[in-house]
Amino acid sequence: MLKKVYEKQNKLSADEIPHVRIADANFPAPFRSGLEYSSPARGTWNIVHTGMLIPEAHEIFVCAAGCLRGVVLTAAEMGTQDRFSTVAVRENNLLDGDMEELVIEGVTDIINKLPKRPPAVLVYTSCVHHFTGVDLDMIYATLRSRFPDIDFTDCYMNPIMRKSGLTPDQLMRSRLYMLLHEREKNPEAVAIIGNDLPTDEDSDLMRVLKGAGLKVHEITSCKNYAEYQEMAESSVYVSYNPDAAPGGDMLAERLGGTHYALKFSFDYDEIDGTFAGLAKALGIAPRSSEEIAALRADCERELEETKKLIGDTPVSIDYTYCPRPLGLARLLLDHGFNVIRVYVDGIPGGDRAAFDHLQKEHPDLMIYPTVHPGMRFARTVNEEEGGFVLAIGQKAAAFENTDHFVNVVEGGGMTGYEAVTRTCALIRDAYMNEKVMRELVQVKGLGCEVCVR
Amino acid sequence: MKQTARIISTYSADVMGVCSALFELGGMTVMHDASGCNSTYTTHDEPRWFDMDSMVYISGISEIEAIMGDDEKLISDIADAAEVLKPAFIAIAGTPIPTMTGFDFEAVASVIEQRTGIPSFGFPTTGMNTYIYGASMALAGIAERFVDEPSKGESAGSTLQMSSRKIMSVVENCCMRPNGIKVNILGLTPLDFSIIGQDESIVQWLENEGFEVVSRWAMGSSLDEIRRSAEADVNLVVSAAGLGAAEVLWNRFGMPYAVGLPVGDDLKEILADTLKDLAEGRAEKSVTICKDVTMDSFADEEAAAKGPVVIIGEGVTSLALASAIEFETGRNTKVLCATEPLGAVLRDKDRLTPDEDDIIPELEDAACVIADPMYKPIVPEGATFITLPSEAFSGRIYREEITNLIEDFDQLLNKII
Repeated sequence: MLKKVYEKQNKLSADEIPHVRIADANFPAPFRSGLEYSSPARGTWNIVHTGMLIPEAHEIFVCAAGCLRGVVLTAAEMGTQDRFSTVAVRENNLLDGDMEELVIEGVTDIINKLPKRPPAVLVYTSCVHHFTGVDLDMIYATLRSRFPDIDFTDCYMNPIMRKSGLTPDQLMRSRLYMLLHEREKNPEAVAIIGNDLPTDEDSDLMRVLKGAGLKVHEITSCKNYAEYQEMAESSVYVSYNPDAAPGGDMLAERLGGTHYALKFSFDYDEIDGTFAGLAKALGIAPRSSEEIAALRADCERELEETKKLIGDTPVSIDYTYCPRPLGLARLLLDHGFNVIRVYVDGIPGGDRAAFDHLQKEHPDLMIYPTVHPGMRFARTVNEEEGGFVLAIGQKAAAFENTDHFVNVVEGGGMTGYEAVTRTCALIRDAYMNEKVMRELVQVKGLGCEVCVR
Repeated sequence: MKQTARIISTYSADVMGVCSALFELGGMTVMHDASGCNSTYTTHDEPRWFDMDSMVYISGISEIEAIMGDDEKLISDIADAAEVLKPAFIAIAGTPIPTMTGFDFEAVASVIEQRTGIPSFGFPTTGMNTYIYGASMALAGIAERFVDEPSKGESAGSTLQMSSRKIMSVVENCCMRPNGIKVNILGLTPLDFSIIGQDESIVQWLENEGFEVVSRWAMGSSLDEIRRSAEADVNLVVSAAGLGAAEVLWNRFGMPYAVGLPVGDDLKEILADTLKDLAEGRAEKSVTICKDVTMDSFADEEAAAKGPVVIIGEGVTSLALASAIEFETGRNTKVLCATEPLGAVLRDKDRLTPDEDDIIPELEDAACVIADPMYKPIVPEGATFITLPSEAFSGRIYREEITNLIEDFDQLLNKII
């Protein structure tokens, strides 16, 4: 039914699509910031998805209709509309200076209309509150006094702050644990914090924790609010999503205990180092050299098998796959894979060593942005080359226009050597089996069904 | 004051309306926003995003740029992108932050136009109105800047020469003869009509009635076709998003317009006659079908005595549906218009209902409610609920269930009866 009227009259040639050789790229910003394009790949989570990880909590967003639109429909698409409400900010509220009253009375009105009183309410304020200097302390104090049976926490939808201070993503992950009440510590309990997706049961992290006989809490497996509160008994909080680290520090400071930021890495030595640090934080024995040798051998076998299968098939990677896209590129290139492109707008700090290595050893690897305005026309690149590219990550798949792709976001719950072996298995699967990229990448919040319980 | 929605959705906002209206015209539209508007628009408001290249971007304004009033960053970013991408025009649309900082859209657009030589618009949307407001503003801007004076011999109201191929097409498609009247369709966006073929159905209906369609604003027409719009004799406004352009075209070229949607046999006949009357000067500037053409009394008193059939949605579509239902069933109807009606198209018994709290009491006596599925949680249990999904309200979620009102009105009618 869709009649194509606009026939790519502004189509850019492959050379004109913005890109840079990694040897010539600047760290950490290889591209100048400017207007931004939005890829149709939608698998990464947003603040609505993440907030819904708190069982039974109700989200209330207070902002302009244009900002509400995306979050309302996020909730509806994930099937949690009954845990989501809104208060619309209008022009008169900006002029009249009654923003505090709007938030307080709006939230009160919604709570009073809910069929069941929620144990917790996440109130999201926005850029307009930030700019009008709204007294958030007064708002939350009033709400807590009106509803003493409800835990409130402050959440934020203020993307204008994404370039200064904590990013909205870091802030949201920190808010996830602000509702935990202090309780007696259990030295045998540990909590994995700040990840959206459940940690793989056979990941290095889970095997280490369970192998040590520890009780493991994770928000993704909490069935109700009471179970969520049990996380507060943990003596050690472990994060492995880099954006969760600030929240982990806040949590340890507020409730006591230790926060350990495990590094997500594809570098064998770094994996060993970060897991040795974890063992120390937990007070358990580190992995033995025999164990490590066996894990490394597994990885090498997987990489060899995968390379043998896909040969010189071009591979591209994007930053939504995991927190270390250049680390993955380094691993694969060092093992002979034909990685041709990495899609990344800014290079993560943790990828600095991989960046330096790639500049020296694989200088022709191309770095492409994802939000540069010219990327609107980047999907033609693969068409012109006429081949199939195996993409690791949704944005790479969309830009490469390929159905051979690894459909995972945010590391997919992988950690340690298991991230290497599982990635290899996923690459083999992507090579052998086509997916319907057009349909899959447009689904918001890949794996967010974990929030529906 | 509470302005709350416990459970229902919210309509697409004015800034998205600008983007949607201009999407197919080869321009570059920039939402002046920090982030968020872009992914919202491209995920929930723009079903053409994956398949059709269009230059819609955000400015990515930061806190420091907003506080310091750094408009130069935006201007140079747009100029840089335009130099490479060469859009036919540039449009900037506003969101809450530029609204708060007092951003001067007109002045910045003027600077960009001087710097790039590309026609530029500044649309002062706020992100706090519905898409109708923004789309209407954008299409009005196109009408002001891009519609050419009609060439000699093809002025509005003149006898028109159809190509032989076109005549054959019309004759083959229907038994109607070409009536020599040319029409523009104003207010077509996927937000109201989705991508299920309703736009094509409107065109088909007009051609079956003997009209020639000059342009469709703005689904299925290029900017060049839009430029030729003054060759038409009359405009058909199919949603309130087309009212701004209709007014401009009236003021510039004296083109009359009818407001309505061809839904149901009776209404289709009235609408076709109205377009002819307007084109031939037998009616005044504009006719709002459904409001100006109302039923004096209900033939079926028993049917009329039942509770009303309540329709919630965009004004023009809802009114057309309401009138068609009244004509076909004799049932009383009431429209709850949740978007800006702009042209005061509502009847006395209809209501403007922007908030959930406005809607709930209006549904108390409803025997039947026709609305987007996301309204269902607030519909009384005793009322029959008939789903009529709207992209502007529920986005892509229920797209496969959207009814083509022009062709499949009877299916919907059967559910009421």
